[in-house]
Amino acid sequence: MDEPQRLGDFLLRRGISRRAFMKFCTAMASAMAMPPSFAKSMAKNLESAKRESVIYLSFQECTGCAESLTRSHSPTLETLIFDFISLDYQDTLMAAAGRAAERAKEEAIKRAGPGGYLVVVDGSVPLGAGGAYSASGGKTSLQILGDTIENAAAVICVGTCSSFGGIPYADPNPTDARSVSQLMEAGKVPSKPVINVSGCPPIPVVIAGTLAHYLTFGRIPELDHLNRPKPFFGETIHDRCYRRPYYEEGKFAQAFDDEGARSGWCLYELGCKGPITYNACATTKWNGGTSFPVESGHGCLGCSEPGFWDGGSFYKPLSAGMLGDPGTLGAAAAAGAAVGAGAAWAHRRRNARAKEEG
Amino acid sequence: MTLLEFARGPALQVSLIVLVLGVVWRLVGLLLLPYKKDLSEARPGRSALGGAAYTIVRRLWPHREFQHRVLFTYVMGYVFHLGLAVVVFGFIPHILFIRNLTGLSWPGLPNWAVYLAGSVTIAALVAILVRRLTHDVLRLLSTPDDYFSWFVTILPLVTGFLTAAHFGALYQTLLAVHLLTVELLFLWLPFGKLMHAFLFVFSRGFTGARAAHKGVQT
Repeated sequence: MDEPQRLGDFLLRRGISRRAFMKFCTAMASAMAMPPSFAKSMAKNLESAKRESVIYLSFQECTGCAESLTRSHSPTLETLIFDFISLDYQDTLMAAAGRAAERAKEEAIKRAGPGGYLVVVDGSVPLGAGGAYSASGGKTSLQILGDTIENAAAVICVGTCSSFGGIPYADPNPTDARSVSQLMEAGKVPSKPVINVSGCPPIPVVIAGTLAHYLTFGRIPELDHLNRPKPFFGETIHDRCYRRPYYEEGKFAQAFDDEGARSGWCLYELGCKGPITYNACATTKWNGGTSFPVESGHGCLGCSEPGFWDGGSFYKPLSAGMLGDPGTLGAAAAAGAAVGAGAAWAHRRRNARAKEEG
Repeated sequence: MTLLEFARGPALQVSLIVLVLGVVWRLVGLLLLPYKKDLSEARPGRSALGGAAYTIVRRLWPHREFQHRVLFTYVMGYVFHLGLAVVVFGFIPHILFIRNLTGLSWPGLPNWAVYLAGSVTIAALVAILVRRLTHDVLRLLSTPDDYFSWFVTILPLVTGFLTAAHFGALYQTLLAVHLLTVELLFLWLPFGKLMHAFLFVFSRGFTGARAAHKGVQT
């Protein structure tokens, strides 16, 4: 029997209670900083919305992003999103494999029609060695991406690898990894609206919230300059950090286990990248709202920002320089002394010559 | 490479190389210049070294005779030099910058104290500029070096404030711009009047030594 295409009917058949559904809508509205009344209209829109077909592509990645969303100890509100979409292809989760799986993807794309489905991309796309570093079913990741997104309504890049290249992109980038946006800009794949849900991994509620926004409004949320949804990436970790007052007071932990760190003092001195990292960790938190890295005592690594892996040491304060060989300053001093001595010597010679001449 | 990575990496490296090379060049070049011996007999009183030390210290405050003319310059000069010192050496992110560069570290001040010092410093710098522009003689004596040196001094203070307040742009952009303005200061320091940071000791000392030889009060 065919599954109902309207979300309301589908949820009813799945036995999802009205209470759980409203709880999800409230949580999403709150995560997107919408007023509480928005949850009602969100619920109304979602009920009558079509279950959107989603193709989830995994390329050069560690599966941490999919794990982040799916491997909770118990079903969470975030995982409800899987009931709201029709996840027609996800090679890690789906039962089918090989040609059957590929056929399922092709059929889903055909069934949804042009502009009728979303593509979620997890992982960067390597161009090195003709794309041989990441291939499946005889096709390179680049070919798979290009073919799949050709008729997609939008592409949601889940994780920093697909958004900005991530760890595979880190210097020296041995596989010549690229982000989806870079490939579009280079004309290697068709250009489509892109939403970058960055993070290593991204926060589950942010993935779910972005999808919920699209399902509710039928359009992508407002994005920042890096194509990240503003409701979740509008403020820095530092802006919303509970340790921020200590930054203002000039109280900084000197070591991860000192009295200051235990008293909640700012971790700036220990290399926290919170001031330059835009993400919702400090507000939505992780593991069902338990905590976030800074709360657990470690500085933010800046994992939702482009090039976070190459931004200098994780444990060096932001205000510290990223200097190469310190010996160059010694060489500069020696060169300065030589030039100064040479200038003085030339001056003495000129004086002596002037004296001789007259 | 992002703008912040550029500012924290190659731009900082180049500006520090130019700063060190330029300062050592000018100091060595000046100190090795031929010194014309004074063949006259030294007057009784202070030795040359004593005269040098006396003048270096005595010039820290004005002579009574000239006080009414130069008091504003002295007071404002102290306000912005001390304020600048509080900002540069009291703000913890700055101490971390210096520690990373030299290994030296000391306790910092609370941010409010640094913000207060920074505001007063900016106000003093503006007052000094207004006086330079409105004082007939001072205006005629001023060169582009004076204005540019003022500009590269106030710029890091203004960008520093914007960075601390996260105002006007993304924090990483503000931090990068702040670092770049500091690097502009490093690049200019050896070649303009800001070199007085190193030369004031030598110029005062030399004047004092010469004056002591002649028996002149400085």
